[in-house]
Amino acid sequence: MRDVFVVTGARIEGGDPTNLLLRDGRIADIGPTLHPAGAEVVPADGLIALPGLVDLHTHLREPGREDAETVETGSRAAALGGFTAVHAMANTDPVADTAGVVEQVWRLGREAGLCDVQPVGAVTVGLRGEQLAELGAMADSAARVRVFSDDGKCVGDPALMRRALEYVKAFDGVIAQHAEETRLTEDAQMNEGILSARLGLTGWPAAAEEAIIARDTLLAGHVGSRLHVCHVSTAGSVEILRWAKGKGWRITAEVTPHHLLLTDELAASYDPVYKVNPPLRTGEDVEVLRGALADGTIDCVATDHAPHALEDKETEWAAARPGMLGLETALSVVTETMVDTGLLDWAGVAQRLSRVPARIGGLAAHGRHLAAGEAANLVLFDPAGRSVVDPARSASRSRNNPYAGRDLPGRVVATFLHGRPTVLDGKVQG
Amino acid sequence: MIRHLLSAADLDRESATTILDTAEQMDRALAGREVKKLPTLRGRTVVNLFFEDSTRTRTSFELAAKRLSADVINFSAKGSSVSKGESLKDTALTLEAMGSDAVVIRHSMSGAPHRLAGWIRGSVVNAGDGTHEHPTQALLDAFTIRRRTGRLEGLRVVIVGDVLHSRVARSNVLLLHTLGVEVTLVAPPTLLPVGIEAWPAEVSYDLDAVLPKADAVMMLRVQRERMSASFFPTQREYSRRYGLDRQRLARMPEQAIVMHPGPMNRGMEIAAEVADCVRSTIVEQVSNGVSVRMAVLYLLLGGGSRRESRRRTPSRGGVMSSDDALFPAEES
Repeated sequence: MRDVFVVTGARIEGGDPTNLLLRDGRIADIGPTLHPAGAEVVPADGLIALPGLVDLHTHLREPGREDAETVETGSRAAALGGFTAVHAMANTDPVADTAGVVEQVWRLGREAGLCDVQPVGAVTVGLRGEQLAELGAMADSAARVRVFSDDGKCVGDPALMRRALEYVKAFDGVIAQHAEETRLTEDAQMNEGILSARLGLTGWPAAAEEAIIARDTLLAGHVGSRLHVCHVSTAGSVEILRWAKGKGWRITAEVTPHHLLLTDELAASYDPVYKVNPPLRTGEDVEVLRGALADGTIDCVATDHAPHALEDKETEWAAARPGMLGLETALSVVTETMVDTGLLDWAGVAQRLSRVPARIGGLAAHGRHLAAGEAANLVLFDPAGRSVVDPARSASRSRNNPYAGRDLPGRVVATFLHGRPTVLDGKVQG
Repeated sequence: MIRHLLSAADLDRESATTILDTAEQMDRALAGREVKKLPTLRGRTVVNLFFEDSTRTRTSFELAAKRLSADVINFSAKGSSVSKGESLKDTALTLEAMGSDAVVIRHSMSGAPHRLAGWIRGSVVNAGDGTHEHPTQALLDAFTIRRRTGRLEGLRVVIVGDVLHSRVARSNVLLLHTLGVEVTLVAPPTLLPVGIEAWPAEVSYDLDAVLPKADAVMMLRVQRERMSASFFPTQREYSRRYGLDRQRLARMPEQAIVMHPGPMNRGMEIAAEVADCVRSTIVEQVSNGVSVRMAVLYLLLGGGSRRESRRRTPSRGGVMSSDDALFPAEES
């Protein structure tokens, strides 16, 4: 029997061990005594089964920077990280600001077949922040775009932001904002604080993020639109989000794995592998972000996986491009920062890395509870054991891995996409 | 000794004092010679790698290396492959292949010397990186103060001006604190970095209030273009509030000295008559710079005990202190 699998002994979201029968792209049945003849057995004793992870924020670099990543290599990295769907950001070259480009990315994702690649459309033409891109055409295209973002750049013009928020209501879209008041971050290199003062690197003040989040939540509240806040990085942003959500406004927010673990102290090495936008913040910010993810003020984790070619990182700090890899290490970092600390249980992890991002992105086949009849998108994760991160072993084309040499817990053993394994025994299939 | 000099924080009190003492010895040894040259670094190669124009710092390092008989190569970014897009890493590998023992680097980006140190085997000396540090400037300033006043411990030094963008200020705060000096920084609040509260220094916005207790006042260069970025309203207002003129000089104790790392904006942060008065050490700072840089190159390249040179490793052990080891009989 082809494409029939029985996963045995898995603990669904940390519950009691059970077996899952996967057939025809769906979870056909679940039960501890299930053992159909002819099905390929995937032993999962001691492993945690979670719905396939969904990333709202991935840079796949294709078209334009295929030397740093392609849809195919990024998809491999995603599968190895336990993801079954990723949202490919629009800041490619050419920019994903037309139906043509988003359909190209969408098709490349289907051809790779390792995870569902859902393109994000640019809010403005060329990410220039001047004129709305044809959002409706992208929504109506084969790529069915629902998330729009100028990520990498902030939609700075408040009037344009308001119109974008309003316009996408027609097709239940959401604007994902990269919150950065750029007049406050000219030449900025790292978090503004004690470290930037000492290192002589121009500071990126927390207020530059918080000012835009405050403005945009007010706008979203005013016009009744959906706003998603990308990569929240400061304690002050959390306070504003808590206040805005308290009003009942339709606001969601994400935090990256790196902002849950790493701090601005790492900049003292001047190694640009730690340069990222928004920058790594202080230990206090990290604590507040973890708490906010636990209590739901921050809705989900998104990787902001940002591959860069070696020559864009083997430079002076100020000359380097910002961004770091994240797909393959996300679940381990969340285990380290949220599960092992007791802040989240596995159901909470499933919520914040799968169900909520799938709902925000409007992906019907992802982020479902693992139950009979649902699409068979799932990941098997071994939470026991730790291993040292080796960037050379990454499926990504790039090596800008900020966790290099770091000991992290857990390992993705298998990933199933629509009933077929994309990863088995920690190795990409096909 | 340490292998690189990237930050004034690399120096503890003992090693900083060793550098200052060695500079004194260099100075004395040369004073008695007709040919102003010591054979100490003969056969060693020092590269001046300047990505930013700075005639005075480059010349000072060049003279220091030449007085120690080292071979000196000036590698400036302009007119070289660097201006054609060659990366810092490629430049580093090129210098490495040519066999340089020390690279003196000036760069407009903070941390560039740290990056370079990761790519080459020789010593790296930071000759000013962006808005980060300029440790040999701090050493020559400490040397100048010690010469004029006879000590450092317990002195009060006031540093005035664009602290936010100043590598001189960062290195001086670290080094002078290490050497037991009380440092006070004075500037308009816009030109003090957020996070300065962690520095081992006092901060004041009122120059007149701190002058009467100062043993030395160090004026920093203020670039006029800061005005257009709203750091202060006008040159004249800056000068009135933070410039050192004759009236302010009169508020300082009689023995207190006036310093400036150069180049000066006369009439902006310092009045011409103050710059040229007998209490000004500005010209001395320049000549002391050569002695201090000789000491740094000597200790990094020749006098260090733990340094493993891939070329000839001098067998002298320990931190250098005796004149015998410092200045072997001249060979020519």
